[in-house]
Amino acid sequence: MNNYMVTNLPEVAAIVLFGIGFSNLLLARNLIKKIIGLNVMDTAIYLFLAAKGYVDDAAAPIVSAGTVDPDLYVNPVPSGLVLTGIVVSVSVTAVLLALTVRLYEEFNTLDIDEIVHQLRRKDREAMR
Amino acid sequence: MTLVQNVPAFSILAPMLAGVVCLVLPARASHRLTNGVLVVLALLSFLLLNSFWDGAPMFTYRMGHYGAPVGNEIRAGELEASMAFMFPVVMLLSLMGGRNHLRSDIGRSKVNLYYISVLFLLSSMLALTYTNDLFTAYVFVEINTVTACGIIISKEDGYTLAASMRYLIMSLLGSGLFLIGICLIYGLTGHLLMPHIQEAVNHLARSGSFLAPLQVTIALLAVGLALKSALWPFHSWLADAHSSASAASSAILSGLVLKSFIFLMIKIFFRTVGPDVMTGHAILNLLLVFGILGMLLGSVNALFEKDIKRMLAFSSVSQIGYIFCGIGLGTVAGVSAALVQVVVHAVTKAMLFISAGGLMDASEGKKDFEALRGAGRRDVAAGAAFAVGTLSMIGLPFFAGFITKLTLVTAAAGTHDWRMYASLTAIILSTILTAIYYIRILSLIFGKEDSEEEVCEGQNRRILFAHLRRQLSMDTEYLLASFALIVINLWIGLRSDDLVAVIDAGLATFQ
Repeated sequence: MNNYMVTNLPEVAAIVLFGIGFSNLLLARNLIKKIIGLNVMDTAIYLFLAAKGYVDDAAAPIVSAGTVDPDLYVNPVPSGLVLTGIVVSVSVTAVLLALTVRLYEEFNTLDIDEIVHQLRRKDREAMR
Repeated sequence: MTLVQNVPAFSILAPMLAGVVCLVLPARASHRLTNGVLVVLALLSFLLLNSFWDGAPMFTYRMGHYGAPVGNEIRAGELEASMAFMFPVVMLLSLMGGRNHLRSDIGRSKVNLYYISVLFLLSSMLALTYTNDLFTAYVFVEINTVTACGIIISKEDGYTLAASMRYLIMSLLGSGLFLIGICLIYGLTGHLLMPHIQEAVNHLARSGSFLAPLQVTIALLAVGLALKSALWPFHSWLADAHSSASAASSAILSGLVLKSFIFLMIKIFFRTVGPDVMTGHAILNLLLVFGILGMLLGSVNALFEKDIKRMLAFSSVSQIGYIFCGIGLGTVAGVSAALVQVVVHAVTKAMLFISAGGLMDASEGKKDFEALRGAGRRDVAAGAAFAVGTLSMIGLPFFAGFITKLTLVTAAAGTHDWRMYASLTAIILSTILTAIYYIRILSLIFGKEDSEEEVCEGQNRRILFAHLRRQLSMDTEYLLASFALIVINLWIGLRSDDLVAVIDAGLATFQ
């Protein structure tokens, strides 16, 4: 068991980080902490992918001087996926941050529970 | 290769291009462009569907220079084509029906930005429908999430801001799980194209190696997509998001966006993982149980709502439960029933949200039940559409909802074990609950107002006709959309054989 942990260290670290990020995104009340959680979660996934594609002592997959032996290169597909994923998570983070700014302007707080609470109170007053 | 095989790639790219163009167009022009693109896509998808109907086989279409197994592919068959036909049609009718609300909720200067979101949303839904590649699916899932958030938030008030924040957070949790699921499946099989993954997964299952990671992967993909399609324990975001948005957005979100994720889930279960591994899988039973709980508890929540749009949103939770009940049965008949419900609910819930918008207009924009008393008599078109939608949701014969219940009951009766008893009981109870809350609101909107003076029948009718005539000249689009949705609903109800035949033919090639 311990042996698996050592040989797959990056994957193990990625899953632990994923758990930390996921629970932060789910449970943190502060919106900024939630967004940090999201980024930790996404980065953990990229670590996992990069580790999957890495081959010990292999070069970057750029074919030079006619060497086409696949054993000499790392797997390029996961790197491509990581790049795409980074683009996606940057844009999503931007949307979230913009939304957070608007929410702060509107409610003067970053606490999502407090925001929901304020809206409920507004509803009750409208009912009356 | 025939010309019609270019339709899938074109229908993903055309709305994107139109969306970019909308950025520089004024409100009216972007409205026309959007409607034009939607009409063209509906017609093209219909042609594609027609070619399959005439016996053309399903096909895969290479995107870019590299073929399988490293390249990117699109796959089209009867099911994909019928979904791709339904998305633009329902979206067009929702936008037409909700146009007045868009004008008042968003403001003319920003309407073109709304149409950008709508067009990108359509593009992403079509891509989710057609794609044969899991990572492409992930990218479009994220585009779908962000643009769906865009059409909620376009009506800028505190409610939509908070609702879209909660929607985004829940959705991103789902995306995270979905992405790590894809990474795990890539690690296990070394492929991203669905048919190749299925081959590798079947090989793994036969050899009995890596079974535990495979189960975890399936569970991660299922939970990730269930979060996004608002399966019962994950539905908390839905009520706020769908009820606070503008009428057209609510119709699109409830009718279409959830369905695109469900369709992707069906593709992952039965084309990516494959029927050999999925049949009798524990995750299907779990989905069945949660679907059944959703059917019942969604209805119970709707029963206690005093706000028409929140009630409709909780009704969506219950109706999504029917879809998952069908998927969870795990038989071909069950999945076919789920897909029938996907189409029926898309058409019906869009109609209900549009007509709820009309009823609210007739009640000074208020959406609580007290204000809506008699609204169906003040706005006859909305009242009629709402009544048809209501009766269809309850599942009366001649309406579309009846077909869902019929196919689902037949599918459930075919399993002959605990799944049959559980789902049949749930369908009966949920139908009763649905009938209670929908008939209550129906009798309310057609009821007499407390303050209404005693007017004689003839005069009352004259007022109605005058209102209808004014509407006919003012909101032609709204009336047209309501009428079209009523006709589609009755057509599905009366000519369901065609719909079921297309879905069954599509499922037969779906592996």
